[in-house]
Amino acid sequence: MIKTSSKVLVKGNEAIAQAALNAGCKCYFGYPITPQSEIGEFMSRKMPELGRTFVPAESELASISMVIGAGTTGTKAMTSSSSCGIALMQEALSAMVCAEVPGVIISVMRGGPGLGNIAPAQGDYFQAVKGGGNGDYKVVVLAPATVQEAVNLTYRAFHLSMKYRTPVILLADGILGQMMEPVEFGEYPYEEIDTSAWALSGAKNRKPRFLVSLHMQEGEMEAITNRIFEKHDLIAKNETTYEAYQTEDADLIITAFGTVARVAKAAVKKAREKGMKAGLFRPVTLVPFPDEALHNAAKSAKMVLDIEMNKGQMLVDVRSAVFGAAPVEFYGRPAGGLITLEDIYGQIEKRLG
Amino acid sequence: MDTSIIISGYGGQGLLFAGSLLCHAAMIEGKQTTWIPSYGAEMRGGAANCSVHISDDEVSSPIVNMSDVVFALNQPSEDKFEKRVKPGGLFIVNSSMAKIERKRADIEYIFIPMNEIAAQKPEPVFINVMAVGAFIEKTGILKESSVKEALKSMMSGKKAHLLDANLASFDYGAEFIKDFARV
Amino acid sequence: METLVYKKPECLKKDGKFTFCPGCGHGVVLRMIAELIDEFGIQGDTIAISSVGCSIFLEKFYDLDVAGASHGRSPSVATGIKRSLPGKFVFTYQGDGDALTIGLNETIHTASRGEKITTICINNTNFGMTGGQASATTLVGQVTKTTPTGRNPEYVGYPIHAAEMVAKCDGAAFVARVSICSPASIKKAKEILKKAFEMQIKGIGYSFVEVLATCPTNWGMSPVDSMKHIKDDIEKVHPTGIFKDITQTEAR
Repeated sequence: MIKTSSKVLVKGNEAIAQAALNAGCKCYFGYPITPQSEIGEFMSRKMPELGRTFVPAESELASISMVIGAGTTGTKAMTSSSSCGIALMQEALSAMVCAEVPGVIISVMRGGPGLGNIAPAQGDYFQAVKGGGNGDYKVVVLAPATVQEAVNLTYRAFHLSMKYRTPVILLADGILGQMMEPVEFGEYPYEEIDTSAWALSGAKNRKPRFLVSLHMQEGEMEAITNRIFEKHDLIAKNETTYEAYQTEDADLIITAFGTVARVAKAAVKKAREKGMKAGLFRPVTLVPFPDEALHNAAKSAKMVLDIEMNKGQMLVDVRSAVFGAAPVEFYGRPAGGLITLEDIYGQIEKRLG
Repeated sequence: MDTSIIISGYGGQGLLFAGSLLCHAAMIEGKQTTWIPSYGAEMRGGAANCSVHISDDEVSSPIVNMSDVVFALNQPSEDKFEKRVKPGGLFIVNSSMAKIERKRADIEYIFIPMNEIAAQKPEPVFINVMAVGAFIEKTGILKESSVKEALKSMMSGKKAHLLDANLASFDYGAEFIKDFARV
Repeated sequence: METLVYKKPECLKKDGKFTFCPGCGHGVVLRMIAELIDEFGIQGDTIAISSVGCSIFLEKFYDLDVAGASHGRSPSVATGIKRSLPGKFVFTYQGDGDALTIGLNETIHTASRGEKITTICINNTNFGMTGGQASATTLVGQVTKTTPTGRNPEYVGYPIHAAEMVAKCDGAAFVARVSICSPASIKKAKEILKKAFEMQIKGIGYSFVEVLATCPTNWGMSPVDSMKHIKDDIEKVHPTGIFKDITQTEAR
């Protein structure tokens, strides 16, 4: 990291790790995988210095389970991985939601399917948002578009995780992880959440507590699932965020998340300079998805164009939100195909030019 | 004003460092900047590059496709990136490791025999920093003083003994451009 | 005059009942653990990690804080807890399916890291809860639901010897295999479990106790024959003993 007065020139992965430290992350557990290994490397240096915990886990199965262990004690804990590694965590994520255990998961997407490649991609939207674990469950998912926002949303991930006792995924891509840009860290802007009413600490002078995910009594699991979904309704009501850029009078609204949205913003600016009325709608929270805001924005547009570095994943949620308010089209490149300013501008020009 | 720069060559030639040097200098001048490496496979000797933006406003698109400036420090990079220089853009080529060949009429070429220059100097010379020196002298996008300040802060601690050689490398690059202009 | 010779340990739930099959070894071991927790006076400072299998329902039996784990991951959950609360007594209660089949990686790595936790691994040589399929420790020749003609090593390989393997881990402080097939062996097992607990309580290191336990239902044997089966057959393949005790090694 290179500092000037208030800004630090830092790689996305290291920025996320530093933000986690500032947020009071006491434990990091992880297993290396490109393009996010700098997070674990950073933590291996910093955690011991601060008297906190770094454990190089034997697998992603182990690292997420260690996060669960720390989470059950009300300790702020984090793991980070990429596509195939996050795939291995899905069973545990489902269990975490069920047992209401907090924890932060950094997912820096690479190209897939399979081992795929290490290029930046957005093919794990479904993996994060819909989840590959079993049963009815949801995980809160945040999608930064810049390194600065990755810092801000890492803070928010810890806050939401503790506040709602839920796993939170920060969904970044290889570009965000590897990119350097100047950021301001500031201080962790949220109040500490009191965990004493539920965290495990040994049943001294109180009733025993259990945070488990097997509930065999008739009706027990149904009640728990309903309660978890009520919690998600509350999260949707309180925590949904998005960026709407020049959407009010837009003929064409682009929907995009993460790095692609940042590039799309540049394309929208360029299109506006040429007199084409384009706009950008960028969900910041992918779960909860800003359905209502997108629907309302789409009402006045002639068309919605969803752009992603995949074969059309957020597209499903965009269509569901737009719900006939405007036609929805898609442009995307999968598995590490980069979407450039020229690509997006071309897509706008094709429709509005 | 937004300038995009691609620095390409072999892994081990210090491309990523050259890019972050520009970024740091830009930050010192209060400009907006981004840096993205090609990552993972750029082990020593492999093909590598990084993309940099230096901008007065927010960098909206950190991904560089067509670039205002490209540094090609070896032959494969010259072959690969010549077509990705924007019309009117600048192509800086290390002619010690790449052919002197002008396939396009709409871009400006600067061929610098970086390794030969380095070999003639008494101290160790870093061609990545030499290339940055030539680029700054040629374009004036950043102040020489900002780059040197950035070098000083990047060459601290364990690397402090390399500072003088880096500063000299920068000057050799700048001198080449001055001499070139005189010719 | 009445003399109380047997009472329910404090940390077993007053209204709780074990729900295991008749003759099952789990209840014996869970009770021993409860007695030890009482003896050490650590009920209020203990966190138990349940695993997947017949070992899962700890919170139904114990007045202890309990965390759940996915199948095979109890040692990792225990790691997260112990690293967060180093002063607490943290133990995992797992079967051979959980600790040695799906979770062998976690078992070996947690031992090698020397996490200051205790693992109690019930080895009944089969997957009990799912109805008696072959596990990593199933004996050669043993009939299970998935080795219907007996375990054929040519076809499905050989059993894993857990205690011996864990003892090889540099990070392990105390490793033993015990059996609960007779009053004498149960008494011995409790002594060894006590040592394992001490390893953690005194901050010495990781302890692992494999318990050869009965599973009459899935073995298709009476409880008495099951005890005999442990003594006559299982102990020959999975011999009991202390495989590692760094406090003894250092003394030597």
